[in-house]
Amino acid sequence: MADPLVARVCWAATSWRLAAAMWMRAALSYRTSFVLTSLGSLAITGLDFVVLVLMLRHTGRLGGWTLPEIGLLYGTSGFSLGVADLLIGSVDGLGERIRSGELDVLLIRPAPALSMVCAERFTLRRIARPLQALAVLGWSLGELPLHWTWGRILLLPTLLISGTVIFGAVFVAGAAVQFWWDESREFQNAFTYGGASLLSHPPGIYARKLLAGATFGIPLAFVNWLPLLYLLDRPDPLGLPAAFGLASPLAAVLSALGAGLAWRAGLRAYRGTGS
Amino acid sequence: MDTSAGLYLAIARGGFRRYSTYRVATLAGAFTNTVFGFILAATFLALWRAKPGLGGYGTEQAVTYIWVSQALLVTVAAWGGGFQDDIQARFRTGDIAVDLYRPVDFLGWWLAAELGRAAFQLLTRGVVPLAVGVLAGQAVLPHSVLTWPVFLVSVLLAVLVSFGLRFLVSVAAFWLHDADGLRALMLVISMFMSGMLLPLTLFPEGLRQAAQALPWSAIIQVPCDVFLERYGDRPLTGRVLGELGFQLLWAVLLLAAGRLAQALATRKVVVQGG
Repeated sequence: MADPLVARVCWAATSWRLAAAMWMRAALSYRTSFVLTSLGSLAITGLDFVVLVLMLRHTGRLGGWTLPEIGLLYGTSGFSLGVADLLIGSVDGLGERIRSGELDVLLIRPAPALSMVCAERFTLRRIARPLQALAVLGWSLGELPLHWTWGRILLLPTLLISGTVIFGAVFVAGAAVQFWWDESREFQNAFTYGGASLLSHPPGIYARKLLAGATFGIPLAFVNWLPLLYLLDRPDPLGLPAAFGLASPLAAVLSALGAGLAWRAGLRAYRGTGS
Repeated sequence: MDTSAGLYLAIARGGFRRYSTYRVATLAGAFTNTVFGFILAATFLALWRAKPGLGGYGTEQAVTYIWVSQALLVTVAAWGGGFQDDIQARFRTGDIAVDLYRPVDFLGWWLAAELGRAAFQLLTRGVVPLAVGVLAGQAVLPHSVLTWPVFLVSVLLAVLVSFGLRFLVSVAAFWLHDADGLRALMLVISMFMSGMLLPLTLFPEGLRQAAQALPWSAIIQVPCDVFLERYGDRPLTGRVLGELGFQLLWAVLLLAAGRLAQALATRKVVVQGG
């Protein structure tokens, strides 16, 4: 039972890699544009942090958090969203492929449709966001007087990987909605980009209902809020037990499963446009 | 003259109707603007609670600023897009050379289509988030009824300035062959210097002065301030007219520059043989 599943996952990954490499070569044919748009991405994602710096210049703290602490939030959410977007963010273009009939072409290819759609227009330009987020994260870690233990050191890569998987699941689940509603692309921006924006500010400034929704609905709180509250020894605004701070991998696995099921349901419901 | 006015009106109507076909997409977009409104409003509330009166805005005004700027984001295309995407596609196919020789003015054509688009976005992606913000008890409407028409004029001027800037970027593609890079650069400047991310009065001194003098502030900051009645709730005072004059000045300058660039581009296409 396990072997065919492993083989299928490997085949999906290989398909993604080959398609991504092809799109990458295509993007590099306009070299100046590639460099300039990469720098543009770097600057536009960096601006969000500049805004936080400008805000904290006036108040010193936001929702009780200092700039390096907010830098942790910003770095981890930006990195998770950025890597998920780099690897599979193109999946949000599904609606256009349905409308143009291109999806039908993908479905008869001997490779998983999800891999093909995820690799669509792959470009390394999107690496700008995670790189910039990582720089802020590094700066914050240097500024904070954290007491490091092995558990805490391990927590960091675990939350980055889990966060990436959670954002990836949001991308795929959002795309699956497009099987029914091919123009729904922007809904997903509210949860991906909106989610990253939400998570780069301290949880305490938001209403409890929103926090509950981000914990038990779409599990964004597991990307960084809960593990970082644990890392910084801060109380949870919802009063959840500390164990939630360590539950990110579990939330990631459940999100991925949910997204996978949504994708399969969508693909089954797909009938094509006849174009 | 009369026929050409009718023609541009038809183009504008086409721009309006074209966007109105995508109903779910519009709804989804309005939803996203609203979600961002709530997220950013929470941030601003926390900030202004820590320091009331920051940047010369009261807490109520600061939160309203967020909702108005979210309402304007797509209307004035602070994020880029609109006709830019169409022109870009026509560059890729080479159809752009034909466009320059149409009996309709190139700039006029795209401007009319853009005004139609902006009108549609204002009625949908503008009204929805602002209405939700008001219903949620966060955004406050102007005291004076007269502020509304002045605000609409300010939004129209904002669209003209934004169009002028983006038109120059699009025409630059005649020389750069691919204006993607320039467009990315413009996006960064536009988001930051327009006051979309943060009111310009919160910037450090020198940067604030520069930002307030540059055309981007005419896109978001000025219409927001007009809506907030930052210059008093008697809208036709000298200060408000000064702000509208600032927008008008940049609109005229940028459209004139666009016209000049278009003339140069036409000559360049002739040199290259179409």
